[in-house]
Amino acid sequence: MIPYATSIKYMLAGYGVILGVLIIYVISLFIRSRNLKRDIQLLKEIQNKPS
Amino acid sequence: MKPQPIALKVLNVVTAILFLVALGMVFLYAPLEATMNYVQKIFYFHIANAWVGMLGFVAAAVAGVIYLVKHDLKWDIIELAAVEISLVFFFIAIVTGSIWARPSWGTYWTWEPRLTTAAILELVYFAYLLLRQGIDDPDRRARFSAVYTLIGAISVPITFVSIRLFRTIHPVVIGTNSSAAQGGFDMTSKMLVTMFFALFTFSVIFITLFWHRIRLGQLAHHLEELKLEE
Repeated sequence: MIPYATSIKYMLAGYGVILGVLIIYVISLFIRSRNLKRDIQLLKEIQNKPS
Repeated sequence: MKPQPIALKVLNVVTAILFLVALGMVFLYAPLEATMNYVQKIFYFHIANAWVGMLGFVAAAVAGVIYLVKHDLKWDIIELAAVEISLVFFFIAIVTGSIWARPSWGTYWTWEPRLTTAAILELVYFAYLLLRQGIDDPDRRARFSAVYTLIGAISVPITFVSIRLFRTIHPVVIGTNSSAAQGGFDMTSKMLVTMFFALFTFSVIFITLFWHRIRLGQLAHHLEELKLEE
């Protein structure tokens, strides 16, 4: 039988990884989306500028 | 870019609630396993992540086939979204499995059939992202990527059946364990309910992230079109 203290430690590590990776991925989606919108806006402004 | 549709906003909320309920079921409803006790609770989300990871790789191959038939870049965006999200979920499955293995098998990693095929699967699809980075022309990139996902998809069934075909220490959840399997356990009805609820929850999480990632892909495609117009 795995001792309780050891078992809890590994369980917390496991759930930490799950939550951590999912949160990082969601944040990355948000940041990439924001950056793309900014780039699109900038390109449109450049294209609309009279040369 | 259109604002988020109401259906997606509702899905965001539903997904968050389902995730919290799944966590609650793992910690408050599912009983403690006698031998492994707390560390066994990793199993519920480990298996759910592996499930949606494999599901996404298959979905990417399907999108690849449709792209090759229709030559519509929409399917390339869908394919990329499926691969990227599956890579994240499958990475979680591999790491959580490794964490579970340390107290159960006495090692974080061993080159047995399931772990080896899972690592190969992850690397195959990671290489897919690298391949895409190396091709500028959107149509050529989509064509190469579609063919790649079809070939890559071969590793999905190989990974799935590896614990059923070969002598391995990785336990089988549904089916007969190999004689060498270590860390297997008999599931009670509450454990089964929790496992299936976790599978359902992660399927919904997959759909939600998939939708968001497709929207991101559409934005990237729009930007690429604007750049080409210049």
